[in-house]
Amino acid sequence: MAHGAGGKASRRLIEGLFVPLLCGASNGPLGDAAVVSLDGTRLAITTDSFVVKPLRFSGGSIGELAVNGTVNDLAVAGARTEALVVTFVLEAGLSTEILQAEVEAMAAAAAKAGVCIAGGDTKVVEHGKADSMYISTAGIGSLIPEVSVDPASVRAGDQILLSGPIGDHGVTILLARGDLDLEADLSSDTRSVLPFVEAIARVAGPSIRWMRDPTRGGVATSLNELARDCRLGIVLRDDQIPVRDAVRGACELLGLDPLHIANEGQFLAVIASEAAEAALHALRQTPGGEQACIIGEVQEQPAGAVLVTTRYGGTRIVDMLVGDPLPRIC
Amino acid sequence: MKYVDEFRQPELIRKTAEEIRRVADPARQYHIMEICGGHTHAIYRFGLKDILPENIDLIHGPGCPVCVLPMGRIDDGLAIASRPGVIFAAFGDMMRVPGTHGSPLEHKARGMDVRIVYSPSDALKLARQNPDQHVMFFAIGFETTAPSTALTLQRAKKEGLRNFSVFCNHVTIIPAIRAILDSPDMRLDGFIGPGHVSTVIGCRPYEWIAKNENKPIVISGFEPLDLLQSILMLLRQLRAGEAKVENQYKRVVTWEGNPAALRAMADVFQLRPYFEWRGMGFIPESALSLREEYADWDAERRFEVPGIRVTDPKAAQCGEVLRGVLKPAQCRLFGNECTPEHPVGALMVSAEGSCAAYFSYEHRKTELTTLNAPA
Repeated sequence: MAHGAGGKASRRLIEGLFVPLLCGASNGPLGDAAVVSLDGTRLAITTDSFVVKPLRFSGGSIGELAVNGTVNDLAVAGARTEALVVTFVLEAGLSTEILQAEVEAMAAAAAKAGVCIAGGDTKVVEHGKADSMYISTAGIGSLIPEVSVDPASVRAGDQILLSGPIGDHGVTILLARGDLDLEADLSSDTRSVLPFVEAIARVAGPSIRWMRDPTRGGVATSLNELARDCRLGIVLRDDQIPVRDAVRGACELLGLDPLHIANEGQFLAVIASEAAEAALHALRQTPGGEQACIIGEVQEQPAGAVLVTTRYGGTRIVDMLVGDPLPRIC
Repeated sequence: MKYVDEFRQPELIRKTAEEIRRVADPARQYHIMEICGGHTHAIYRFGLKDILPENIDLIHGPGCPVCVLPMGRIDDGLAIASRPGVIFAAFGDMMRVPGTHGSPLEHKARGMDVRIVYSPSDALKLARQNPDQHVMFFAIGFETTAPSTALTLQRAKKEGLRNFSVFCNHVTIIPAIRAILDSPDMRLDGFIGPGHVSTVIGCRPYEWIAKNENKPIVISGFEPLDLLQSILMLLRQLRAGEAKVENQYKRVVTWEGNPAALRAMADVFQLRPYFEWRGMGFIPESALSLREEYADWDAERRFEVPGIRVTDPKAAQCGEVLRGVLKPAQCRLFGNECTPEHPVGALMVSAEGSCAAYFSYEHRKTELTTLNAPA
């Protein structure tokens, strides 16, 4: 199970098995989407599968995630999604109302994100072989000309921007499962992050070094991957990282770190320092980006790691998530 | 956030840190043990070592229940749960702790019915919801979690719920402190006392540490300001040549503890004559089992328990780290064979284990600074 949680185990599976066998000699950094050339036109392509329990939760549902997740993977590769295709894996006995609701949710999310769902496939498996439904989407997108992202272009002094409060999605799901008997006024942040990408592309296009939507494994895992790929240090200031009180409270109770909690509509970018303020301003002007912040910067040290400076003058290393986040009780 | 932000105010923290520097004798090395794993975790999480003077050495104690549980107990629990119709329920803390043939999570991947619960009463709820199955709650923890297990057992008995049992691994903190003070390589100046345990047992059970062993102990909260204030209180005692039990965590801990919780524990539990602690060996009267009146809910009596004993890997030096003789990074296996992903010793498993905390928050920092220091 840990291999699916987005942390170290996932990375080992991808680098140890999938990349060597499936991608041959291609040795580029592992991004959210691949870029392929078609008659000289460069296109971004990606796929993602969605497995979530419960199917519906405050602020979203599996159908919305399936659209936004793939749109976002393309967006942070610097691409506007042109078309999606979708595969449903349905458990026999699933009620048509549930399916209808998810298809409607996908249609609404696609309309909102301005993308077309061009085709699809359906499979039904025996009762008990799938948890109600799984959805897989694949997308193809055109690259935004002024944006080119590459961890190798990241330099010491670059600034790290975050679009808003972290952990909403992960904590919402945790609470929606109902085992905790905790309640909070909290919703998933699932949405397209393309407007954020477009906003900073307009004002800081060539200064964008790297972008990511920090989903599973949270901001900590995304930034650890960056630190590893660019062989520089990521230094965050904990008092600059926006976290809602409800998320902080749940994390304090459960012994979790908001930096490890999944997001579905947040956006991280590394911007050359001279363009950082303009990019921040553009993010804050974008609906949903009002609380955007510069949360830290790239430094020479500690190379390959993420360091958080606490507001009391202390420091701590923040590692990738190992497996799923498990609550601490005793 | 109430009860949290007040104790994280940078200005107060700075002032307290300054006061610590003023009170600490620069000519002296201080060895202070924080007994509780929650404190260890907080010290690393807030980066408190960076703001303490270098001559204050914080040593991580045995107060992480997952860390001190011998592997044989996990194997025993999993052996019971491998019977058909048994659900293994435990806190998230337990899920990655390795048994001989893998952790509970790995057993789950192979088909065992393993559930994460957030309290013993959730396990009882599972039993009510699954009347055709048997729910075994794998109980761990010090006096912090033992009362909730006791209350759950009282309720199970009252309801006559027969498809529920407890595999009891509850331990008590005082005998572990005694074992540390008795160990020949002990070199401690004082203790930061456990906060959550003390909400239950109060401050009185620590009096012998001050009176007989002449070591100061300050019961502490878990926020940065709590810990710094407790260290300051210890330094003041040491400077005055005193050894007292003091209570820094007064907003939660009373001198007499929680009588209702203690009553529930006394009703349900009895002391085991001895119990094995990982890395520390057998410690007399250091753990709890269920009283005869609760035998029907005692997994160890209801099921045949293999009674597996597993010796710790020889190369692992968990015992020395637990007693504070070695720092985590000084263990032979630390960071190479033993990591949070592949823990060999239990101190690497729980986020409160000193090795895991050190690995996650500190070790690469030191390693990187050493590596990158100008030649």
